[in-house]
Amino acid sequence: MIKKRARNIPLLLTGMAVAMFAFGFALVPIYNSLCKNLGINGKVELKSVAFDASKATVEYDREILVEFVATNNSGVPWAFYPKKPKLKVHPGEIARLAFYAENKTNHRMTVQAIPSITPGIAAKYLKKTECFCFEQQTLEGHEGMNMPLLFHLDTDLPKHIKTITLAYTLFDVTERVTH
Amino acid sequence: MLKRFNTVKQWLLSGLMAMLVGPVSAGTAPDQWQMNMYKGVTPVSQDIYWLHMVAIWVCAAIGLVVFGIMIYSLIYHRKSKGYKPASFHDNTRLEIIWSIIPFVILIGLAVPATHILARMEDSSEADITIKIVGHQWKWQYEYLDQGISYFSNLSTPYAQIHNQQEKNAWYLLEVDKPLVLPIHKKIRFLVTSNDVIHSWWVPELGIKRDAIPGFMHETWARIEQAGTYRGQCAELCGVNHAFMPIVVEAVSDKAFKQWVAAQSNPTPEEPKIMTRNALMTLGKQKYEMLCSACHQADGTGIPPLYPALKGSSVAVGHPISRHIDLILDGVPGTAMQAYREQLTNEEIAAIVTYERNAWGNNTDEDIQPNDVAQARKELERPAIRVKQAHAGGLQ
Amino acid sequence: MNHTLAHKSAHDDHHDHGPHQYKGIIGFIKRWVFTTNHKDIGTLYLLLALFSFFLAGAMALLIRVELFQPGHRLVDPNLFNQLTTMHGFLMLFGVVMPAFTGMANWQIPMMIGAPDMALPRLNNWSFWILPFAFGLLLSTMFHDGGGPNFGWTMYAPLSTRYAPPSTDFMIFAIHMLGISSIMGSINIIATILNLRAPGMTMMKMPMFVWTWLVTAFLLLVIMPVLAGTVTMMLTDRHFGTSFFEAAGGGDPVLFQHLFWFFGHPEVYVLILPAFGVISEVIPTFSRKPLFGYHFMVYATICIALLSFIVWVHHMFTTGVPLGAELFFMYTTMLISVPTGVKVFNWVSTMFRGAMTFETPMLFAVAFVFLFTIGGFTGIMLALVPADFQYQDTYFVVGHFHYVLVPGVVFALFSGAYYWLPKWTGHMYNETMGRWHFWLSVISVNITFFPMHFLGLAGMPRRIPDYALQFTNFNVVVTVGAFIFGFSQLLFLGNLIYTIRKGKKVDAQVWEGATTLEWTLSSPPPYHSFTTPPTIL
Repeated sequence: MIKKRARNIPLLLTGMAVAMFAFGFALVPIYNSLCKNLGINGKVELKSVAFDASKATVEYDREILVEFVATNNSGVPWAFYPKKPKLKVHPGEIARLAFYAENKTNHRMTVQAIPSITPGIAAKYLKKTECFCFEQQTLEGHEGMNMPLLFHLDTDLPKHIKTITLAYTLFDVTERVTH
Repeated sequence: MLKRFNTVKQWLLSGLMAMLVGPVSAGTAPDQWQMNMYKGVTPVSQDIYWLHMVAIWVCAAIGLVVFGIMIYSLIYHRKSKGYKPASFHDNTRLEIIWSIIPFVILIGLAVPATHILARMEDSSEADITIKIVGHQWKWQYEYLDQGISYFSNLSTPYAQIHNQQEKNAWYLLEVDKPLVLPIHKKIRFLVTSNDVIHSWWVPELGIKRDAIPGFMHETWARIEQAGTYRGQCAELCGVNHAFMPIVVEAVSDKAFKQWVAAQSNPTPEEPKIMTRNALMTLGKQKYEMLCSACHQADGTGIPPLYPALKGSSVAVGHPISRHIDLILDGVPGTAMQAYREQLTNEEIAAIVTYERNAWGNNTDEDIQPNDVAQARKELERPAIRVKQAHAGGLQ
Repeated sequence: MNHTLAHKSAHDDHHDHGPHQYKGIIGFIKRWVFTTNHKDIGTLYLLLALFSFFLAGAMALLIRVELFQPGHRLVDPNLFNQLTTMHGFLMLFGVVMPAFTGMANWQIPMMIGAPDMALPRLNNWSFWILPFAFGLLLSTMFHDGGGPNFGWTMYAPLSTRYAPPSTDFMIFAIHMLGISSIMGSINIIATILNLRAPGMTMMKMPMFVWTWLVTAFLLLVIMPVLAGTVTMMLTDRHFGTSFFEAAGGGDPVLFQHLFWFFGHPEVYVLILPAFGVISEVIPTFSRKPLFGYHFMVYATICIALLSFIVWVHHMFTTGVPLGAELFFMYTTMLISVPTGVKVFNWVSTMFRGAMTFETPMLFAVAFVFLFTIGGFTGIMLALVPADFQYQDTYFVVGHFHYVLVPGVVFALFSGAYYWLPKWTGHMYNETMGRWHFWLSVISVNITFFPMHFLGLAGMPRRIPDYALQFTNFNVVVTVGAFIFGFSQLLFLGNLIYTIRKGKKVDAQVWEGATTLEWTLSSPPPYHSFTTPPTIL
């Protein structure tokens, strides 16, 4: 004497399980979206943002120290460093900098630079117009490269932030590219 | 330096006191029976210690009340004592009261914890910045403003780990090159990783920060007392997770400046000819410390991830430069790192010689530091051309 | 609230013929492989759990031998990491979860007056997946490159890019374990919602049934997320995705979020049935109804709901922003309120009862004391600044072993001793039971209390070798662990004794027991409650 409603319960529960499986995957874009919008995690967007010099309002009374740090992942045998270790910028003002990279091996390699900002909340306010991190970069053996970085800080940057560190990690993606 | 206790009571009391009241002073040889957290030498470590002690006392008080009632019941409300059971089985007012009281106690703990946390997470306006990179299985320190960079390896000999020698006092907590820091200055640490997740932890500084590959996180400390402070990696990172300690030498600002100056003028490595014996001895020592984790002490490796070196074409075949290059450059896409920044020519020459002659490989070949220097030159020759990268995005 | 429940002996029960009597060894195998009977399947789960308990326990003893003194002793660091990983997996997925599922299978139909589980064939499959899953998982230790060596928490990229080849088989095994749990949960929920005897409203169900209802919902929600997470590990390893790989735009910390979103409710999956057992045992041996039944139900539901919003407390040192640290600190502290309510209710049940201290009650009382201590260290861990010194040290190892061993495992023993006479029809040996208890409770404290000191003194976890100042407490811990490990043989011995020589018992084994299963004979008929009982 199983009621009709009762027959549906296992079906309903199976549906719940399937939905939760999908939810697990949905958490990935949810996480990325939260990181982007709340500016947590220090993840900087790998997309270019246009800068309109004519419309820009620059906060000249505020000076932010931006430090640049370079790290090689997994001991990638490249030289990789910022040409200037730090810059003082005003929010709203465009800033330009170059990084130098050199493939110190004898064979062609492809790398991907991944940015990370600390304090993490500053990630939301760093807008890049040009960055070598937008694309993978390939160098033949013993080739070097100047890599430009063009960015500005949003004027909304919270007042308590005075120092920002923009760190790039260089990953070897040669295998991922050739496969 | 063990305290002697004449009675169990003294031992218990001392332990209880240590746990409930006493901090552990910095810099002394640690006590075998240390039961409590370090009070530490930074404002953060001392805040943490205070919070920890408050939490212990609160829990102890709650425990006393609850367990007290339980013990009373266990003794008196027994059938064997003829006690007749009551029949009450609910009381809504009581339920509400004993929900609200713990809630209020928790607020009492949460408020100071919030203040302390806000202070801990404020790394602004630092005097000096140190970049820390966790590697499998060592730490790399970079003084960003002073241009100093070096690796800090465990210096406990393999023989001590394998019980062939007596262990010295700081077994597993000693390194070849400690992190030298000035006292009374706000130091900002930027932490990241070269490979897997590690964690940089020095209890007496009250700092723990995970090192995550591709991400940079910051934390800070102001060390108020000179001394040597030791810590360990605090996130499982592979076979030698237990073997990558941290040693911080906190010194006066003057001593720090002198140390910085000395780093910029390193004595250049002199090219020399080493005897087979010297090469094999140094090679065995370095191999056991750095290579045996993966390639194993007997050279058999753990295939397929970690190839065997015993009988391998690299270690037995030619050209020898291939063998040297593999150590200098690593193997991309695998756990074999590039060791060019971490080892001197002498060390690499010794390791290669050892690998080519041990375990029956018996090539009877010597590789000298100069051979390694030549290979390095080949790898470190200046760029044949420098180009402009495409930047992507808008111009 | 357990009203006196009566069961008019149903006519059908006397005609129960027991299991099909196939002949010989083939008959034996057929009965156990094809059984759809909740009592048989319960027995199978319990035996699997017992076997896994000794296997995982042996691994723990190997770990403790290595940690007896500094220096490399018995196992090299790679094997050590594999042992800690396997010990974790096996204890959680191979011991606690099957053991409670076994108890659920035995008890839930009887406690609600149902003839069997709602989906008996599904029940059979849920069990029989497990030996295959565990066989696969354990086999990984013998694959080339060794077994998983990154802890049961499997943080990326150690578990993806840097992991041995056998990891893929581990992932497959985890999928199988998840499917088994999900099917089991569907079965349990359907049974509890649909098959209660008339008159047994939700608020008349025994607490063990309530806690399993909530647990089953938890499992249903979290196991698929774990499945998704390990699938992402697999695709990161072999199919070019970058969920947890910074190089491709991913984030290793995302793994931790996904894992702990599963992992934290998982630990409540482990403890809630334990709470259920304690809520059955204490009233029986206090001869007094459970205090605050309604609030116990609400507290259970509260704990389950809160368990979904605390997961980041496992990740405080990973660099989560201040706002997140504060939110999760508050929610983690909050979860101690309903938990505390439960403890107060148990104490109030004992208070002014007329207690006797047979073995089940001994374990239950020890549970209340020692789980509460684990709860206190949990509150300490919730305080983020302090957690920076505790995280990934032996302080945490001490905390979770307190809630798991004198917590969950003691509740399992309490339930086992409590219901064994009902299941087998024979009384266990009370003297052996007491020896088992006293040896266990003393050695459990010798083993796990010093771990708090080690953590505070600076010893990290998951290390096969340590600095000299940690030696003495490690010696104490190892000695305690060996005493504890070997004391469990007393339980095994008692089991064998019970089945072969135990005194026969009748239906009402325990004077103060009031739930439905005690109206059935001991052992109960193979098919019980084929006609529903009358609930007063």
